[in-house]
Amino acid sequence: MKRLFYIFAFIAALLMPGISYGFAEHSESLEHSESSEIDPKEIIFEHLGDAYGWEVPFCHDKRIPLPVIVWAKDGGLKCFSSAHIRKPGVPYVDGDCTFMLAGPDSPHKGKCVQIITKPDGSQEEYRPWDFSITKNVAALWVTILLVGGLLLWLAGWYKRKGFKAPRKGLGAIEVCNEFVYNGVIKSTLKENTARFAPYLMTVFWFILGMNLLGLVVIFPGGANLTGNIAITLVLSIITFLITNICGTKEYWKEIFWPDVPLWLKVPIPIMPVIEVFGMFTKPAALTVRLFANMMGGHMIVIVLTLLIFIFSAINPVVGGATTVISVVFSVFMLLIDVLVSFIQAYVFTMLSTLFISLAQVREHGEHKHESVGKQIEEALV
Amino acid sequence: MELFTPDFGLIFWMFISFGILFLILWRYAWPAILKGLDSRADLIDKGVEYAQNAKEQLDNAHLEAQKYIKEAQKQQSDMMRDAEKIKNQIIEDARSEAQKEAQKVMEQAKVSIAQQQKEAEQQFRDSVSEFALQIAQKVVKQEMADQKAQAKLVGQLLDQMESNN
Repeated sequence: MKRLFYIFAFIAALLMPGISYGFAEHSESLEHSESSEIDPKEIIFEHLGDAYGWEVPFCHDKRIPLPVIVWAKDGGLKCFSSAHIRKPGVPYVDGDCTFMLAGPDSPHKGKCVQIITKPDGSQEEYRPWDFSITKNVAALWVTILLVGGLLLWLAGWYKRKGFKAPRKGLGAIEVCNEFVYNGVIKSTLKENTARFAPYLMTVFWFILGMNLLGLVVIFPGGANLTGNIAITLVLSIITFLITNICGTKEYWKEIFWPDVPLWLKVPIPIMPVIEVFGMFTKPAALTVRLFANMMGGHMIVIVLTLLIFIFSAINPVVGGATTVISVVFSVFMLLIDVLVSFIQAYVFTMLSTLFISLAQVREHGEHKHESVGKQIEEALV
Repeated sequence: MELFTPDFGLIFWMFISFGILFLILWRYAWPAILKGLDSRADLIDKGVEYAQNAKEQLDNAHLEAQKYIKEAQKQQSDMMRDAEKIKNQIIEDARSEAQKEAQKVMEQAKVSIAQQQKEAEQQFRDSVSEFALQIAQKVVKQEMADQKAQAKLVGQLLDQMESNN
């Protein structure tokens, strides 16, 4: 590992003058254009957020157009290419409706808005219901194709070979499957395994697929999917629904009539309130932990990369020196993100399993709590 | 703050997309995969159990085999000892038998020798007495040739008988 680091640093040092020269030129050209300075915040949020088009690899100015689908005010469903609303503030007329990409001063910055002309002649920006196939939705579908394909392939193997363990490529999928299924799901849910395992396994693979595709910097990847709160929110809402719909009578009893002294629940229902609150904090924790972890990873890599441009704008030589450090650290961070991708997918699955198993308490639930507590301890160790 | 505001469109597509993926996998992938994993786990458990049993059995068999070997060795040594004993016995028996037989043969020989001797003696006596009678006949025949000598002899014999009485 140490030797690898040295080799890498050496190559980076060799490339440094050329790169810094290139960047110097680039910053100069940027100076000639209308925006004289790089706005790191803008770039970071652009990379972390969603977009109507997908960047063409190595050509940031060009976008692969994706369909924009909006439910326009008194116009019905409208569908057009995102190439029409590429630049903010430029209106696009589709039939009797006018759309444009909201400019930086608008409250709907970066989103597609409809321009409505009021009877008195003034114009108003209206944000329609937006079902666009954005970059994130497209990435979602790429993930689905990838994950679905891989798992159907594995299922095909099992249909052909029975229980024989696959080797090589399929073996890698198999290892994760075995780890999550036997290590987490089966040992936590015990006799309820068959009911919930398909959902939990799907969640694991889906999150892992999104995480890893997000780390691929060029076209089919690069979307910050699991670092988007909508995605993690949906996943934890589904877990929440499953937990509560499949919850047993004892689970509901423990929420509304727990085994605590009477004064804690009769005049003022303190414990029930806390328990009900707890019902909602669990999915909230699921949402935020996955979102924050993945977004943080992406953000660090972008910031490290942007450091080059920021320093190059100050001085080309300093920028060159920063290149080496930035590249080494970004690679290091990306490698850590690969690890984090697996860990976060695993943790999300494990916590979902735990929440579901906590709602599966039967009589003598105390023992179950104990065993779950032990499992949490083991998992943390 | 836009990062913390979930986008409606994305939520909508996420629900649909995830639902489709889940349905496809739930229907076509997970039954086969999870069955495979379960049956493999079962097989491994059973295999371990089987191996343990087999090892136990093997150990038992080993012990039993050693027991048998020991028994067989004991039996063998017993048999050897018995054979030795029997051998000695037979030799002893044979020897005493032979001695007895020899004794018998010798005794028989002695008896027959004695008999033969007796027979020989008898024969000898017979032949001697015959021979003596023949001689005496011849002598008496010769002596009795003249009357005088006969009378003389009778007289002598009568004298002798008188003197004896």
